[in-house]
Amino acid sequence: MKRWLPILIGLVGSPIIAFANDWGMGASNAKIPPPTIFTPVSTPANEIDTVAYFTITVCAAIFVIVAGLVVYSIIRFREPPGDDGREPAQVYGSNPIEFAWTTVPILIVFVLILTTARTIYSVQAAPRPPDSILVHVIGHQWWWEFRYPELGVVTANELHVPLSDRAHPTPTFLDLESADVAHSFWVPRLAGKTDVIPNRKNTMWIDPHQPGIYLGQCAEYCGTEHALMLLRVVVEPRPDFDRWIAAQKQRAVADASVDHGRQIFETTACVNCHVVQGTAAEGRFGPDLTHLMARETIGAGAAMNTPDNLKTWVHDPSTIKPGALMPAMNLSQKDLDDLVAYLVTLH
Amino acid sequence: MAGSIEQRIPLGAEGAVSLPLLDRIHQWVVTVDHKRLGLMYIAGGLVFFIVAGLQAMTIRLQLAIPNAGIVPPDMFNRLMTMHGTTMVFLVGMPILTGFFNYLVPLMIGARDLAFPRLNAFGFWLWLFGALLLYFSYIGGNGLYGAGSAPDVGWFAYAPLTERAFSRGNSTDYWILSIFLTSVGSTATALNLITTTFTMRCEGMTLRKMPVLVWMSLVVSFMILIVLPPLSAAQVMLLLDRFVGAHFFDTQAGGSAVLWQHFFWIFGHPEVYILVIPAFGFASEIIPVFSRKVIFGYEVMVAATVAIGFISMSVWAHHMFAVGMTPAGNAFFATSTMLVGVPTGIKIFNWIGTMWGGKIRFKVPMLFSVAFLLQFLIAGLTGIMLAVAPFDWQLTDTYFVVAHFHYVLVGAIIFMIFAAVYYWFPKATGKMLNEHLGKWHFWLFFIGFHLTFDTMHFAGLHGMPRRIYTYQPGRGLDTLNLIETFGALVQAAAVLCLFVNVVRSLRSGEEAGNDPWDAWTLEWATTSPPPAYNFVEQPVVRSRRPLWDLKHPDDPDSKYE
Amino acid sequence: MAAAPAVANQSQIEWKGSLPEKGRVGILLLILTESSFFAIFVVAYLFYIGKSLNGPYPKDVLSPPIINTICLLSSSITIVFAVRALRVGSIGTFTLWWLVTLALGLEFMIGTGLEWQELIYHDGLTISTNLFGTTFFSLVGLHALHVTIGLILILFVSILTLLGYMDRRYAERTEILSWYWHFVDAVWVVVFTTVYVIGR
Repeated sequence: MKRWLPILIGLVGSPIIAFANDWGMGASNAKIPPPTIFTPVSTPANEIDTVAYFTITVCAAIFVIVAGLVVYSIIRFREPPGDDGREPAQVYGSNPIEFAWTTVPILIVFVLILTTARTIYSVQAAPRPPDSILVHVIGHQWWWEFRYPELGVVTANELHVPLSDRAHPTPTFLDLESADVAHSFWVPRLAGKTDVIPNRKNTMWIDPHQPGIYLGQCAEYCGTEHALMLLRVVVEPRPDFDRWIAAQKQRAVADASVDHGRQIFETTACVNCHVVQGTAAEGRFGPDLTHLMARETIGAGAAMNTPDNLKTWVHDPSTIKPGALMPAMNLSQKDLDDLVAYLVTLH
Repeated sequence: MAGSIEQRIPLGAEGAVSLPLLDRIHQWVVTVDHKRLGLMYIAGGLVFFIVAGLQAMTIRLQLAIPNAGIVPPDMFNRLMTMHGTTMVFLVGMPILTGFFNYLVPLMIGARDLAFPRLNAFGFWLWLFGALLLYFSYIGGNGLYGAGSAPDVGWFAYAPLTERAFSRGNSTDYWILSIFLTSVGSTATALNLITTTFTMRCEGMTLRKMPVLVWMSLVVSFMILIVLPPLSAAQVMLLLDRFVGAHFFDTQAGGSAVLWQHFFWIFGHPEVYILVIPAFGFASEIIPVFSRKVIFGYEVMVAATVAIGFISMSVWAHHMFAVGMTPAGNAFFATSTMLVGVPTGIKIFNWIGTMWGGKIRFKVPMLFSVAFLLQFLIAGLTGIMLAVAPFDWQLTDTYFVVAHFHYVLVGAIIFMIFAAVYYWFPKATGKMLNEHLGKWHFWLFFIGFHLTFDTMHFAGLHGMPRRIYTYQPGRGLDTLNLIETFGALVQAAAVLCLFVNVVRSLRSGEEAGNDPWDAWTLEWATTSPPPAYNFVEQPVVRSRRPLWDLKHPDDPDSKYE
Repeated sequence: MAAAPAVANQSQIEWKGSLPEKGRVGILLLILTESSFFAIFVVAYLFYIGKSLNGPYPKDVLSPPIINTICLLSSSITIVFAVRALRVGSIGTFTLWWLVTLALGLEFMIGTGLEWQELIYHDGLTISTNLFGTTFFSLVGLHALHVTIGLILILFVSILTLLGYMDRRYAERTEILSWYWHFVDAVWVVVFTTVYVIGR
């Protein structure tokens, strides 16, 4: 036993040490209501919520009856102590009973199928109204690209959509495509998940009727960092949304005080993968950084977007997100400071 | 004839003990006896059960708290891939194949399977495939220094498995090893069907076979029909990876969804291939410990055949989220719910069997009753998942993980344990300890519910499956901690089983031929049975030949 | 379990006679599982018709191998003649038909080889050219592999026959081999329809 003690302590202790650094995400998440499927704020999620409660009720009723029968029979028909050992009456079967317990389930299944089909059609076959917002969602290993083709905006990992209230329904339609492997777009409080598959275009829609931030994440295993392919949906009233769009359409502001940082950015590998509008950076493999500081998180929700975290990230992304495809930049401390100083001007 | 066999092959344990160790090992290696091959399958399956169980423990420790650092992400992904692949192909399949191998000839009064050498071939192919999968830890690097064991998940969705995203050879090991074990399973299935059709003892018409033999027949047919789609898809993937074909290469117009279809055409019936043997065990054990004949034999068989057929048309319910048409979604939702009907019938018939009986709560029966309740819950959560819109929320979450573990552990592993306690005396001549067995049962039962009941709620709280970690502040911390605790309790329970087996083999109580006062033919011969099973070819007149023998005044043949 | 005499009695012989023969059941099951395997390749072929991103396309390079087809299908008839002859014990007739079957099968393989040579070296179509190449070579190749296995078995029997080991006791085994050969032919009908009729 004594030999095992250090191992036990090690096993329990090491994760606790790791727990210490969550890059600020725990505190941030705690301010957002947890993403459970039973607090829907958008029509598809609402419809699912309704059919889910109905199904759960039916299943619970069946469970109570059948489990009741099992429990009753194991109590009632247990062999009494001191039994004479004679065999009970042998019953080989009964056609009327078999018929009954075949028919009743068929009827239940019939009702469930009708309910299911109705919901499938009302969610999947909804037409796209003219005043809706269109977003191209492109899944990458392991981050999300959001392109608003009608508004000329490109962003990543934090999807902004307008509030859709009854007076002004503005649903957002998402066209989902993948740049590499299969992913799945899932924000539980807004809609069910839809897979994001290469060489295939899927669509889904949401119409959130309550402003706020909604947590989601990739739900199809997509490789090493599947767990940290998180996303947030920011739902804001239409005027706020329009302001956000207007700000996102701006080119990056050139701030002379961080020229050295900008130079480093434009002369290293950064430009191969990232876009900063109005500069030489036109890579498409990584997230668009034109308005990096407008986002709360970096690394697809792996860390809060603070200068310190940015430094850690640029120095070596695998400190925060082991396996991330961005290479460690191996910059000197001064270059790193200057580069991050430049990045934090990208509002 | 019988005499000459006796001279060449020593009978039972006593005969074998007198031989030197090397000779004994040699006998096991060259054997074509269905009982020895059956036991080797089961033993091999249990070894891999320990391996995959330890992998599960590591997974659970990593997920016990948020942001844990016990294993790095790539190692976690390998663990979950190997855990799934191992449990399905190297634990479930061989253990169930092993029981069928052992029991079917005994139950139909035959002396061996139809093709004994093919049977041995199947076993060694399986073992080779199994070792190949684990050899990937050494050889999976390839020349690229990329990865070791496969990390693509047990359903290996394209195009993550293509060269571009999976370098090295780990995925090739996954393909080849599963391909080989599939060929082995196909050979065994072919063998079991042929045996059942051509070698039944006198008087045993198809309608007089024990339910378990029917289950083996249905499962074997399913194996013959649904394993080839997986093998075919794996051959395609291999062509993609080695000669530049484009079956699942999305860059060249290939379809990622086609792989999903091919995989699940295999993958869903596979679940039934694993659970129908459990039905078979339950249909033998519940009647014996309720002291009643199985209720509605014909309906039980018909329901299983129906499950077999319907299960081949439900596969795309794993794919409700891939963007099928509403009509497609509605079709697969319907067919999936229809499976619930024959499944329900089976549960009702088992209750009907217990009803009015005198139930003896020996360890096999405890596991069987727990199986009934857990399988009921698994079926009901299955109905929830069949409601396609509900599934859009539930698929690929811990709700699904909980659901299929309810089937694979709550139903199948529970019934495997029941079967081990029930047939161990027949195979070894020794009883397993009842007291330790009860410890095993209650610990496993409690641990199981701690772990898997909780997982449903984690899924409803938005926890996707296959994530190596999760962030704090999302309401998942407590649930996951309970799950990990439950997993440790289950591990303790499994330890009880192994202690029990070792103790019984050393100094167990003698079992005698028929310790449970049972009714099927395997209990008519000695424990363990001789190499040729029966001294004389049995002749049967009903489904319960030993009942007829024990109750000559009131035989079953009068009522069937 | 009534006491059964150690020596097989009349009822036991009758009972055994009522059960099917092992080899036949076995080969039918093998055919069942192989059909399922082929079905997936056929489905993949049908699914990818017209989805190639670049040429060559089927209509440019494929022409139905009529002579090949006639040869392979007629070999199914000649093998029946051979087995029938063996059942009545006429080894000479059996040998003749059996060798004809072998020749017809070989012709099919040579024809396929020439077709592939043309496709690869003249038309530039390989398994990695496009989806058509991928599905064509894998489906037709899978079938050709089965023809090859059949031919090896037929060749093996031919050698034994020519060495004088064949007699009517082996009619049952030969029959079972012929079932496999019929299966290979039936698959060709499906492959032909898929590749040269629907796919063109």
